[in-house]
Amino acid sequence: MASPGAMGNRRAAAAARHRLLPEGRVAGPMPWIIAIMMFLTVLSAAAGLGLGAAVKAMGADLAGRATVQIVEANAEQRERLSAAMAAALRKDATVRAVRPVPSAALAEQIRPWLGQDAASGDLPIPALIDIELTPGQTDAKVERLRRQLHALSPKARIEPHAAFLAPLADLLSALGWLAAGIVVLMTLATGAVVVLAARAAHDSHRGTIDVLHLMGATDVQIARLFQRRIGLDALFGGALGFACALLVILLLGARLLATGSELLSGVQLPWTSWAALAAIPMGCVLLARIAARWTVLRSLGRLL
Amino acid sequence: MSAIVQFENVGLRYGLDSETLSDVSFSLASGGFYFLTGASGAGKTSLLKLLYLAQRPSRGVIRLFGEDVVTLPRKRLPGFRRRIGVVFQDFRLVPHLSVYDNIALPLRVAGMEESEIDLPVSEMLNWVGLGDRGQARPATLSGGEQQRVAIARAVIGRPEILVADEPTGNVDADMARRLMTLFEALNRLGTTIVVATHDLPLIAQVGSAQMMKLDKGRLSDPTGSLRYPPRPQAAG
Repeated sequence: MASPGAMGNRRAAAAARHRLLPEGRVAGPMPWIIAIMMFLTVLSAAAGLGLGAAVKAMGADLAGRATVQIVEANAEQRERLSAAMAAALRKDATVRAVRPVPSAALAEQIRPWLGQDAASGDLPIPALIDIELTPGQTDAKVERLRRQLHALSPKARIEPHAAFLAPLADLLSALGWLAAGIVVLMTLATGAVVVLAARAAHDSHRGTIDVLHLMGATDVQIARLFQRRIGLDALFGGALGFACALLVILLLGARLLATGSELLSGVQLPWTSWAALAAIPMGCVLLARIAARWTVLRSLGRLL
Repeated sequence: MSAIVQFENVGLRYGLDSETLSDVSFSLASGGFYFLTGASGAGKTSLLKLLYLAQRPSRGVIRLFGEDVVTLPRKRLPGFRRRIGVVFQDFRLVPHLSVYDNIALPLRVAGMEESEIDLPVSEMLNWVGLGDRGQARPATLSGGEQQRVAIARAVIGRPEILVADEPTGNVDADMARRLMTLFEALNRLGTTIVVATHDLPLIAQVGSAQMMKLDKGRLSDPTGSLRYPPRPQAAG
């Protein structure tokens, strides 16, 4: 274990090294630009991850679900067919659950559009049976059931739920990919900002660098000074941007939950997504240090 | 004495211009004291830049400490630079560092422990008469004081070669004499001194020194054996 004297010595040496680049002059607007970019990157990443989770949840929810419709104008016959089909479906090994939708519930759902007439019984509303299939090979099972039900009555139709919501799932998926693309672009832009900042810092400290160089400082010794300075700027900017983005995400999350929508409340972030978001500012610091080192070493490489 | 610096047919050209230095050949003995003189624009600073490894020649061979530094891999040059102290014509003090930190710079670059730095830096500050100005910034010092800081920084690492470009250009005659005394003291400790100047009385002050003269990029006295101004002829 290092003695207090040795530790103090190391601290003094580190402080002396850090003084070689004047504090504040490298910083300039870079931390604030990184904060803005980090804010947008974290929001985009959160949107991408949230939409991805929603699509996944929707897929898991809808996979294996279908609705059987019995389109029969005669109410008595419709009831009879519905009961026969429900019984047939319950006997099928690939059907895990059968839930005939009560006609009152159906009438209630269409009442906003058709008014009280919806419950009168005069309207030929199809009978519906929700079914849940055993996992796997949903399409093949639906196709087999379609044939089976058609044999019972040509007035029976079966529609897998995934088919209804496929365009929405596709849209959410596309939005998720768009968000991922934005994250990639923002990461590239952050790297470019750091490279420009490192170049500007290198140019503005040219005199100091030349003196250090001629005194025998190695390229790595000089690059470390910039790495540290720019790493600190990125840490400040990254932490600020991340904190602001986190606040916005939490506020938006509360608003989404308040809508009560099943679909919107599916846009949730699991803990792995939170961990991924937290890794973004750390990645930013790492990226900044690598970009600064690369830029300064490249510039120094042009000197003798 | 062995040669610490050897130039063989060295030429230096900046871009497409004509050669700034042409066919420069000389060798400096380890522990010698040399003046490099010549008119402004003769190429003194360019020659010194080759000497302190700020520039590669366009042609020719330069050997420092017995090694050909022209073909030396770039990554090995810092080790050589640490053995050479330089007093720049424009001082090149780091403006945001204190006098103390400026003088300590070569020791820190060399990776010396912080506890080992204080004593030599304090001694050096006293040696150049700036013992009470350690925390001052270079901008608050006079030209002469800045020059002394530059000299202290150049010699603190006990370099094997000290290169000084017009080191007395900004100081009065008394300070110039004192600086030469400092250089002679260093020389006696074994440091090879190369001073570029066109101050002839200064050259005359160091009896043991040899002189090289550059004229339009060519060394007119490659042996370094001639003295200028010439010694007075003995009567009789």
